[in-house]
Amino acid sequence: MLSAARITLTDAEPAKLKISGESVSKMYRSKNKQLLALDRVSFQVFENDFVSFVGPSGCGKSTLLRILAGLEEASDGTVLVSGRTIEGPGADRGMVFQSYTLFPWLTVRENIEFGMTLKNVPLFEKRAVSDRFMELVGLTKFAKSFPKELSGGMKQRVAIARALAANPEVLLMDEPFGALDPQTKEAMQTMLVDIWQKEKTTIVFITHDIEEAVFLSERVYVMDPNPGRIRAEIAIPEDIKRHPDGRDAEPFLKLKKQIVSMIGHHHD
Amino acid sequence: MKKRSSILQIRGEIGRGWYLGGVAGTFVIVLALWSAASWGGWVERTFLPTPLQVLEQFGNQIVSPEFWNHVGISISRVSIGFLLACLVGIPIGIFAGTFRFAEAVVLPQSEFIRYMPATAFVPLIMVWAGIGEMAKIWVIFLGCIFQIILMVADNVRSVSGELLQVSYTLGATRRQAIQQVLLRAVMPDLMNTMRMMIGWAWTYLVVAELVAASSGLGFSILKAQRFLNTDVIFVGIITIGLLGLLTDRAFAICHKRFFPWLEGGR
Repeated sequence: MLSAARITLTDAEPAKLKISGESVSKMYRSKNKQLLALDRVSFQVFENDFVSFVGPSGCGKSTLLRILAGLEEASDGTVLVSGRTIEGPGADRGMVFQSYTLFPWLTVRENIEFGMTLKNVPLFEKRAVSDRFMELVGLTKFAKSFPKELSGGMKQRVAIARALAANPEVLLMDEPFGALDPQTKEAMQTMLVDIWQKEKTTIVFITHDIEEAVFLSERVYVMDPNPGRIRAEIAIPEDIKRHPDGRDAEPFLKLKKQIVSMIGHHHD
Repeated sequence: MKKRSSILQIRGEIGRGWYLGGVAGTFVIVLALWSAASWGGWVERTFLPTPLQVLEQFGNQIVSPEFWNHVGISISRVSIGFLLACLVGIPIGIFAGTFRFAEAVVLPQSEFIRYMPATAFVPLIMVWAGIGEMAKIWVIFLGCIFQIILMVADNVRSVSGELLQVSYTLGATRRQAIQQVLLRAVMPDLMNTMRMMIGWAWTYLVVAELVAASSGLGFSILKAQRFLNTDVIFVGIITIGLLGLLTDRAFAICHKRFFPWLEGGR
């Protein structure tokens, strides 16, 4: 079985639990149908962790993320973020959506500052933070541009900067690169890993792209569809993460293949 | 062959020449038909004045203070009636588009009332409000407000739910989400709705002035009819058309000015 042992960080202090899900279920009810989107899903995300949920459509991974964001409620089970139950959406859990969700009437800078504007952060402080994040995502030159002037990749970079600038404890990402072309996608992935290391954020990432999940994550939860269940939890070994050949490395490809076959033979 | 297919291409871009040509061409054709019908004697002169007659009459009118008086009064009636309808209708529409309960209280009723022709209410309004200034304003107000409520509610409902959700995950309260996302996002559509509705306001104005008024463009049209001055009727109608065109252009220019961030604005 591939469901590997719990992650053990080599650091002396034990990893702090950031998010814990305990047999989380989600049932959608309509007039004459019930749909079990999530079936007793349990998972852990630690501080500074990068965890991906990967699986085919219908495996409930987006539902799971929306529950974490507080945009939907679990029908059963408990989810704790920093030890607290989730009461609706909040600034402690930033989110990046797959579709472009920049506020079109705000410039790049104003978009990034949005969370701070809501909190009436003083202007000089806002400027300092937005300057830093625009530089982080390489869009300093576009501070005054409106979203309509940006490419898809640039929009998502602003969306990431906007989420981070609100200083969340967790960054939730729902297939943020799903609509991008392959080259842009790879560049964004590299940038995201870079940001994650620099900013020491905790990231929960949803994707159906197995390569993306393996490349980005510390740990990957592989999910099955109908009903959505967790099939395996895989800690990405250090030798894959540090390999000079990156995604062309032998162990990377091998692990990717393993996950593909795992997802493949369950659903027909 | 290539040129031809590009004109008939669905939503295809055409050159500026083709566009302006289409605009001017239609005008010329209408004018030509009109000329032929009047000068050619297809229609009796009393029923259809020649373009020259109308132009001449327009020249006469434009220098007469009475004409400008009519124009001024009509504009003020339209403005007041329309602004009142917006003042009351837009907030109600916003509520109805934002909260489901407000929707239940407002929308089905408006949907029902809007199918009752406002013109049919004119006699009733005369009974209630007399034939003074208020009566005309009431006609315009009632004619516009239910449409405004419905259209604004629709505008608000079509604001992307994901924009609202994003604002929540950035820490927005309900109030902030309404003020800083919903209202900001709906502005361009709201302005388009107003642009459409002011056209209706003119229609209702003329209806009101045709029935009971002693001033205004509608009244001048009615008076001219009594004396079979068809050229004056034409002048009245064309004047209203020009005023409408002017307001429409003004709205279009403001729209472009106010919302430079809009995707693919024309």
